[in-house]
Amino acid sequence: MIPELHFPWLEFSILLPLLGALACALLPTPEAAQRVATAVSVVTLLFTSGEWYDFSLMNTFQAHDHWDMIQWIFRHDYFVIDELSAPLLPLTALLYLMTIFSTLRTKLGRFSFSLTLLSESIVLATLSCHSPWMIITLLSLACVPPWVELSRRGASTKIFSIHMGLYIVLLVVGWSLTDEAGGPKSAGLLPATLLTVAVLLRAGVVPVHCWMTDLFEHASFGTAILFVAPMTGAYAVMHLVLPFGPSWAMRSIAVLSLVTAVYAAGMATIQNDARRFFCYLFLSHASLVLCGLEIVDTIGLTGALCVWISVGISLGGFALTLRSVEARIGRVALDRYHGMYEHTPTLAGLFILTGLASIGFPGTLGFVGMELLIEGAVGVFPFVGLAVLLAATLNGIAIMRAYFRIFTGRRFQTTAILRSRASERFALLVLTFLVLGGGLWPQPGVASRHHAAQELLRLRRNPDQIIEPVDESPHDQQEESATPPVDRHDSNPVSPEPQALKLPPPSRDAVVVRSTDNRGDPAFSLEPEH
Amino acid sequence: MLVHFFGIMVVVSPAALLAVLGLTTLFRIRLSERSVARFAQASSAVGLMASLGILAYMLTMNVRHLPLELGDWVSLENSESEDQPAVPHEAAHTPDQSSAAAAPTVAAGTESGDSMTGETTSVEGLPEIRHEGHFHFLLKFVFDRLSVPFAIMSFVLCGVIGAFAFRYLHLEEGYFRFFLFYSIFQLGMVISSLAGTIETLFMGWELVGLSSALLIAFFHDRPAPVQNGLRVWSIYRVADAAFLIAALTLHHLSGSGDFEGLMGTGAWPGGTATITENQALLVGTLLLFAAAGKSALVPFSGWLPRAMEGPTPSSAVFYGALSVHLGAFLLLRVSPVLQMSPVLCAMVVALGLITMIFAAMAARVQADVKSALAYASLVQVSIIVVEIGLGLRYVPLIHMIGHMCVRTLQLVRAPSLLKDYSILENALGDRLPDTRSPWDRWLSPGVRARFYRFAWERGYLDSILDDFVVRPFVNIFKWSDRMERRWTSFLGSPVGTEVTSKSDPGES
Repeated sequence: MIPELHFPWLEFSILLPLLGALACALLPTPEAAQRVATAVSVVTLLFTSGEWYDFSLMNTFQAHDHWDMIQWIFRHDYFVIDELSAPLLPLTALLYLMTIFSTLRTKLGRFSFSLTLLSESIVLATLSCHSPWMIITLLSLACVPPWVELSRRGASTKIFSIHMGLYIVLLVVGWSLTDEAGGPKSAGLLPATLLTVAVLLRAGVVPVHCWMTDLFEHASFGTAILFVAPMTGAYAVMHLVLPFGPSWAMRSIAVLSLVTAVYAAGMATIQNDARRFFCYLFLSHASLVLCGLEIVDTIGLTGALCVWISVGISLGGFALTLRSVEARIGRVALDRYHGMYEHTPTLAGLFILTGLASIGFPGTLGFVGMELLIEGAVGVFPFVGLAVLLAATLNGIAIMRAYFRIFTGRRFQTTAILRSRASERFALLVLTFLVLGGGLWPQPGVASRHHAAQELLRLRRNPDQIIEPVDESPHDQQEESATPPVDRHDSNPVSPEPQALKLPPPSRDAVVVRSTDNRGDPAFSLEPEH
Repeated sequence: MLVHFFGIMVVVSPAALLAVLGLTTLFRIRLSERSVARFAQASSAVGLMASLGILAYMLTMNVRHLPLELGDWVSLENSESEDQPAVPHEAAHTPDQSSAAAAPTVAAGTESGDSMTGETTSVEGLPEIRHEGHFHFLLKFVFDRLSVPFAIMSFVLCGVIGAFAFRYLHLEEGYFRFFLFYSIFQLGMVISSLAGTIETLFMGWELVGLSSALLIAFFHDRPAPVQNGLRVWSIYRVADAAFLIAALTLHHLSGSGDFEGLMGTGAWPGGTATITENQALLVGTLLLFAAAGKSALVPFSGWLPRAMEGPTPSSAVFYGALSVHLGAFLLLRVSPVLQMSPVLCAMVVALGLITMIFAAMAARVQADVKSALAYASLVQVSIIVVEIGLGLRYVPLIHMIGHMCVRTLQLVRAPSLLKDYSILENALGDRLPDTRSPWDRWLSPGVRARFYRFAWERGYLDSILDDFVVRPFVNIFKWSDRMERRWTSFLGSPVGTEVTSKSDPGES
């Protein structure tokens, strides 16, 4: 039986933005819509934070809502969170809040709060969901708000439609074939291939990443940020491919992610358009996370999960800073110096701080995560570690180049007041607190990700232990099928049959435990050293 | 107890300065110039006093090695294989030890009997031990014969430069910004000097690099300082990557990032590395690469004169004194690894000699005083590197300390010296007499012209890096960018037009 949270946090945090989206669509002015959207985002953030806090007190790997209305209505427990997704919900809610809150008045007419809240609801639902079909449905629905915005703006939707259409088709066909074959374990080569290609498309892995640059160039910056920053592509990988995918699929994802990380970092260093620069920067970091998720080493996986969080916060803040600069001087070209420092030193500080945090600079949120990721990667396969390091180095150069191009240079005279607004300063304080607080006191966050990594590896080695939400059925049947909660501290499941869940003792000489099941083979593994 | 307090104060005082200046920036509190200068002076003074207190303790108690552990910054235990460490280590780090190390502890090593290496009598908990699924990031600082002089010099020179900058940058628009970056630098230097683990050293190393790049671009309304700042940052990043690879390699080879684990338990300069000759060659080469980047050795020497674009106080303390010696300091810190491999030592000596010859030539043809001093500084740094390669330990340390003092004095004196020269020449009504070089008699004019050209072009080092590294890299990615734009155009989106600033409103 999956343990229950003490409040229906998940359902409220999904339902609230949905209602907010409806309300914003009905409101006559964008100013009123922003006020409502801000209030809804704040409450959603509180609910998701409550969910995380509640979950963290439960000492369990998975949990679902109290008074589960969805289960009562649909007779299926769709919304279940685990240690992987629990912190991602408040992170996503925070990104939405910051984006909505820091939208300047001059841009209110161009940014749809209704669509933004709708997409927040969809993304939160995706991250709360474990059911494959539900994830596929939600991932497909998430493509609608950006598509609508592109259409409304008169931009071509062709590239986005081609890529996302293909992605949805591949997901649907891939999982249909999987279902037809009787489940992931008995599915053949074709379903796995289709699903792998689908998640690679959504993750923007080279060479199928052009939709991302196109989106950043033609959609509003806020919408583009919110479509990519929650990294639902990586979430799809974690739930649709990793637990069941054959070793070649995981290796393909890992190698392509690694190539993407280095390639995108190199591309970021030469971009002359700030949006494209950010797109590649984000792509590089997201690919590092994706690559790290394939590392079958507790330390490396812990690093990847930490970097997932740190990249979300730091690059989210970085993008919002860039968006604020855009709101002042228009689209930012990086082939000249804009001299913005004297006008907005606050934004300059936030830009450099969040940028450095994303590359894992000491004392910032990303430092320990990046250290663990590289450490794990080097330990498993040295060339992976070198590539990760190369990507981080190039990203560091790209960030400093962008900082110098935007904030240095001859100060220009203007009659407009360009200094940061109160809402931006608030966002700055929150992000600075998170970036530096998480950097200077990393232990709680890292320990939480470490435990999640251990559990994920345990489940990856023993896919039979994955708790699937089941249809509501007689009580005794459910008790038989469900796995009891796992104690957070000792990781030993409190089970009537502990030997069934107990792992085989790891080899003393093995640096990485290698799965005996070829379906759960690690992408990067090391044979025992003798 | 008092020595604990001193040890913590040495680290806390520069951190407190950074916290004060950072928080006032964050909350937009405007401090007066005098307040900023006083905070800076207080930080240096407290740190210096604490360092001197520790030095006095070490001298009176005949202690050569004083570790200060501030506890685990990050501690991860694998609940599945606690009893089976994959990386064998003589002293496994148990959870109990880990928690015991949470409180700051100082363990003193005393020189015993005729042993010149000195033995550390107690080290509570070995840091940075990583087994499968285990990870410990121990914040550990070490006070020994290498770190204490370096930390004292850091406080002395930062204090002097802080006092100098108070007047030199009076009413300068970036006065506060200068001191913010200065505080990052001071913290980075102190952490680097006292680091007891290679990861802690890396933290300080990075802080120094960041402050260095930002201070070079201090006068950011002109493009040249900014371009040079970016260039220095790029070289630092590459060097940092080599450093990190070396750190991780050492971690995996020895199972620990602690210098005690790497270099044996002997106090510096004693100790024997616990790795093989080939491993020492691999790790040492990476560290030499990192040191070359930080200390501007060949082929990275081109950044040093460029770094002089920053304000004179920062040039003095960075490139005349502290920062430029950090590479040599690293080589001294890992000297037991160098000792393991004669080939590595030969590489160190060769690199030092090449840099020395090059820098001596370049220094003679520079047209501005700061560049001339930069190359003169590089000559001394490369001699120090040669000394390290030759197996000397105390000589390069003393050489470094002396050179730091002299060069700082020369750099802060340089602006007024130029003024003095100007006054002298005005009084004489002519240029001051130029002393002829002995090379004039020994070399033909054609040969001298070639040497002059070589030196004037700074050994073509920047051109070589630009032509063979930067340009191909940029060309490859620009070509990729063009191909991508063509592809997206083909797919149906009219991208490919360059955006221009102010031409398109935001969110467009």
